[in-house]
Amino acid sequence: MLGLGVDRLQADINRLLTSLFHQGVLDEQFLQLQQLQDDTSPTFVYDVINIYFDESEKLLRNLRLLLVDREFSDYKKIGLHLNQLVGSSSSIGARRVRNVCVAFRSASELNNRPGCLRGLEVVEHEYHYLKNMMHELFQLEQQRLLAAGVRYPM
Amino acid sequence: MTRDKDDEVPNLAESKLTALVVDDNFINQSIHHKLLDRLGITNDVVCNGKEAVDVHCSGRNYDLILMDMDMPIMNGIQATRRLREMGIESKIAGVTTRANEVERQEFMEAGLNDFQEKPLTISKLLSILTNLNFYVQTS
Repeated sequence: MLGLGVDRLQADINRLLTSLFHQGVLDEQFLQLQQLQDDTSPTFVYDVINIYFDESEKLLRNLRLLLVDREFSDYKKIGLHLNQLVGSSSSIGARRVRNVCVAFRSASELNNRPGCLRGLEVVEHEYHYLKNMMHELFQLEQQRLLAAGVRYPM
Repeated sequence: MTRDKDDEVPNLAESKLTALVVDDNFINQSIHHKLLDRLGITNDVVCNGKEAVDVHCSGRNYDLILMDMDMPIMNGIQATRRLREMGIESKIAGVTTRANEVERQEFMEAGLNDFQEKPLTISKLLSILTNLNFYVQTS
């Protein structure tokens, strides 16, 4: 019975990942992260993704604070924040977030404030979708580990 | 330091290579540190070019330095130039998410031995190691 539970959960994980790759939410860099996870760092993917969430939310907050200021004119700062987001998103395989950040960055390079505001909304939307999907993936993974009788601190 | 099968990750621990990761991004620090660990390469991590220079001033030395380009306080170009001025002969590989041809040329001229685009993968890191003669791939 336990074996069937583990198999079912693994099938759910595979289905979710396939869907995320098919939607372009994730790319092959995410597989690279998974390949780095091993017995010496069994929660590597979870840890790195959580660092990404913490860092991204700070950057998104800063971007919003900059753009809601009517006197705002520091597009260079916007660009610096977006370079960080593009880099981090590329590194974890978050393809759609990376792509919308690149589009947002193009608006900032043109000093286009309405374009930047739209860009920020799109990035926030894609980021939150990714975060929800990652939480679902980690929950399934945690359930699978429990079903298999493995305990890792998370 | 040879690779036997295409699908195996080589273990270079016997070669006792050491590396320094220079990157201001925590995610890239984690990934590059783990990539090097996986290949059996002992490595340290610092957050910017100034820390890379300081660690060498303290007497540490490394076979390989993975140098990010865009960093606060001292960027990769400045740090590479400074390390070469100090007489540091370690192999330095520049890594960056974006660099136009002019920026790449400037980075190379600062004293790089190799250049790779981020995100780094096992295969890109092996390419760096091969290019810098730390690793030979056998067919």
